[in-house]
Amino acid sequence: MIIKNLTVRFGAFTAVDDVTLEIPDGAIVGLVGESGSGKSTLARAVSGLVPYTGVVEGVDPSRVQMVFQDPLTSLDPRMTIGASVAEGLRLPRAARQAEVERLLTLVSLPVALAERYPRELSGGQRQRVAIARALGVRPALLIADEITSALDVSVQGAVLNLIRSLREEIGLSMLFISHNLAVVRYVSDVVAVMHRGRLVEAGPTEEVVKAPSDAYTRSLLDAVPRLARS
Amino acid sequence: MRHLLRTPAGIAGTLLVALMVILAIAGPLIWGAEAERIDSAVILQGASAAHPLGTDNLGRDILARVLVAGRLSLTLAMIATLIGATAGVILGALPSVLPRRGARLVTGTVNALVAFPGLLLAMFTAVIAGLGARGAVLGIGAAIAPGFARLTQTLAASVAGADYVAVARMLGVSRWRVMTRHVLPNIAEPLILQLTQVLGGALLALAGMSFLGLGVQPPSFDWGRLLFDGFGRIYATPAVALGPAAAIALAGIGFNLLGDVLARAASRRATPTDAAAGRAVPEVGELGEPDPDAVLEVRDLTVTFPGGVTPVRGLSLTIAPGEIVGLVGESGSGKSLTAAAIGGLVPYPGEVSAGRLRMCGADVRELPEDECRKLLGTSLAMVFQDPMAALNPALKVGGQLAEVATVHQGASRAEAFARAVDRLEHVRIPEPAARARQHPHELSGGMRQRAVIAMGLMGAPRLIIADEPTTALDVTVQREILRLLREVTDETGAATLFISHDIAVIGELCHRVVVMYAGRVVEELPVGELASGAAHPYTRALVASLPDMETDRSLPLASIPGRQPSPAEVPGGCAFADRCELASAKCAELPPLIPYRAGHRVACWEAK
Ligand SMILES: Nc1ncnc2c1ncn2[C@@H]1O[C@H](COP(=O)(O)OP(=O)(O)OP(=O)(O)O)[C@@H](O)[C@H]1O
Ligand code: SF4
Ligand SMILES: [Mg+2]
Repeated sequence: MIIKNLTVRFGAFTAVDDVTLEIPDGAIVGLVGESGSGKSTLARAVSGLVPYTGVVEGVDPSRVQMVFQDPLTSLDPRMTIGASVAEGLRLPRAARQAEVERLLTLVSLPVALAERYPRELSGGQRQRVAIARALGVRPALLIADEITSALDVSVQGAVLNLIRSLREEIGLSMLFISHNLAVVRYVSDVVAVMHRGRLVEAGPTEEVVKAPSDAYTRSLLDAVPRLARS
Repeated sequence: MRHLLRTPAGIAGTLLVALMVILAIAGPLIWGAEAERIDSAVILQGASAAHPLGTDNLGRDILARVLVAGRLSLTLAMIATLIGATAGVILGALPSVLPRRGARLVTGTVNALVAFPGLLLAMFTAVIAGLGARGAVLGIGAAIAPGFARLTQTLAASVAGADYVAVARMLGVSRWRVMTRHVLPNIAEPLILQLTQVLGGALLALAGMSFLGLGVQPPSFDWGRLLFDGFGRIYATPAVALGPAAAIALAGIGFNLLGDVLARAASRRATPTDAAAGRAVPEVGELGEPDPDAVLEVRDLTVTFPGGVTPVRGLSLTIAPGEIVGLVGESGSGKSLTAAAIGGLVPYPGEVSAGRLRMCGADVRELPEDECRKLLGTSLAMVFQDPMAALNPALKVGGQLAEVATVHQGASRAEAFARAVDRLEHVRIPEPAARARQHPHELSGGMRQRAVIAMGLMGAPRLIIADEPTTALDVTVQREILRLLREVTDETGAATLFISHDIAVIGELCHRVVVMYAGRVVEELPVGELASGAAHPYTRALVASLPDMETDRSLPLASIPGRQPSPAEVPGGCAFADRCELASAKCAELPPLIPYRAGHRVACWEAK
């Protein structure tokens, strides 16, 4: 799919300014930038949650799914995990149970969790439930908006591994948004950098990380905290 | 239910409402005949021993009539409330379900009705619907509905903004289902609370309608009607009017009190209480002599909350001048409470105990209160994740900084302001004099955090505690703040405790790292050993699960299964045991924090 000349204005303020970005089939495109740079607005526009000008080609808007930063607020606290995952399924009642089990297994969660409530799960588990729910409608594009930012490092790894395995196993196309460059580098095939509503750089991950062409990308790379590994 | 009986208001409300309910059920059964008995010998009497509230124009006993009228009064109030609430909830929910045009129409109507005086609306409806009980009930219902509609709308709007509603919409769930499955169940509680309070109001309003002659008509009678009948005689025989008036007042007060108390209890119930109590095992060991060089020396620090919640368990920590110690651990491990305990900021009802809590050479618990406050005020600088929490949004930045100097150092206002500008410049805020005259909200997030650091630099801080000061900031700004903290530590020689869940940030900034898990220190090591010399399985897993710019992208990342136990259910042994690959039977016993190498201590049975 391709996003062409997408612009989002809120009154006089231009949140996303003429962005053109291709998301090749089965690829993970990482989107980085500081807060307020327009990453989430772009995501919401592509999902049809905010009005925009420009075109999104090659994907049916009803087949775009989004996963949010805080899994606790994106799951209804009063619904069991199973009910949440089943909600979007367009299947006869009899087939739902089996599909819920398949989805939970797909995100490496024990099937028994279907009976539990969101508060009884860890952050990483909840985020995997949110992903399972999104996968239930067989999306053509999955948008992950800061899905690991609210998680502890100790569980972040499992969610990132899942994202990569989903691409390999079911060829999912994905727009992966994060302010954490190391995380984006780890999961993405292509990295795109946004700054003040504009796309300042996009290219294959290793190229952007090793030889950034834009000054802003360079300053982002310089600022990544590094553990001195010997 | 127990909290209802904890406050006088709660007790009074519960008692009054219980009394009214009993009266409504039992009243007509017991006094029904008495209330209807006509006795021409005692017409229109005042209070007497036989008739404590007097009699009416047919010689019926007014006390009995008041006791019997409770049922009709309460029933009518209940029906009116239900009508109003049902209509209100439907009106309030419609805009979320209808297409945009219809939604706007409903919203507009509700807004107009809310602005319309309730009593007029009630009387208007009552007159149209016909005089009598039915008209009054419909009228009051109509008066209640707009308020309920507005409340439903507001509550629904707040839930509609929740991510899970956005998700449901994206999944293609119909608006109607979103309303009934996601929105209504999540706003039911406040609506039900509102119901109790509205019931009290409906009771009063119905009495008012009957009193005006618009409500219940003879031969039926409710409290309002009795008041109406007795009112003409209030100067001659006051008891005949005061009885029904008192009944109305008591019922109204009862329902309002109960509603209030319930609402307050509900808003307090935000945090669930854990039942299981984990035993806090104090770390055994000699306290020894205080370390004379340390700026901060904490031994066996424990923080407990009622119900066996012990988020910090026997923590020990020493920081030397000029040293930056990083405190790292996952969410809920007790980092912030450790900082709060050191700064004397643990919120009620938390309790702090420690074998030793020395700051700048004095044990803060032994100092008289004013000296302690002075010590904390001048020697301790605290920086938090949200700089807005430390800055008063109503005051200009410069004034707030200057206040530190005028209060603690006795500087004049002009001197203090000049120093504030100087400090703002020191933390590299551009145009410091102009910024000092601005309010906090006019500064960017990074600039606000600098201002808070500058505030700490107004005195001569000996200890700086920074709790996640860069978590809310962008990486580029984070880097500048980290650099600033390091410079400040170097030049003031202060000791710094830097708290973060981000081990990479800790690795970049700190000299020494203290790793916390479930309230305890599990490892303490020089920063150089963090990447490859860590001995505790938890620390090692943390380091391994962190992707950085060199991580091999072809391999899966490490991760730790399971979750950290909550502060109420920390087991007696090693708290990490059920997530640990190396765990053995021995780990059911608590591993002590013991020296491992020079400057390196570990609490793990497997660390050799
Ligand atoms: N006022 C309180 N009453 C009861 N429990 C509390 C209270 N304040 C904190 N706790 C509990 O104490 C534990 C430690 O909290 P603390 O804020 O110190 O964690 P933290 O390590 O700073 O986590 P984070 O990384 O999320 O900031 C948590 O489980 C928390 O729920
Ligand atoms: S003490 Fe046992 S369970 Fe705890 S970290 Fe060491 S090996 Fe693992
Ligand atoms: Mg904290």
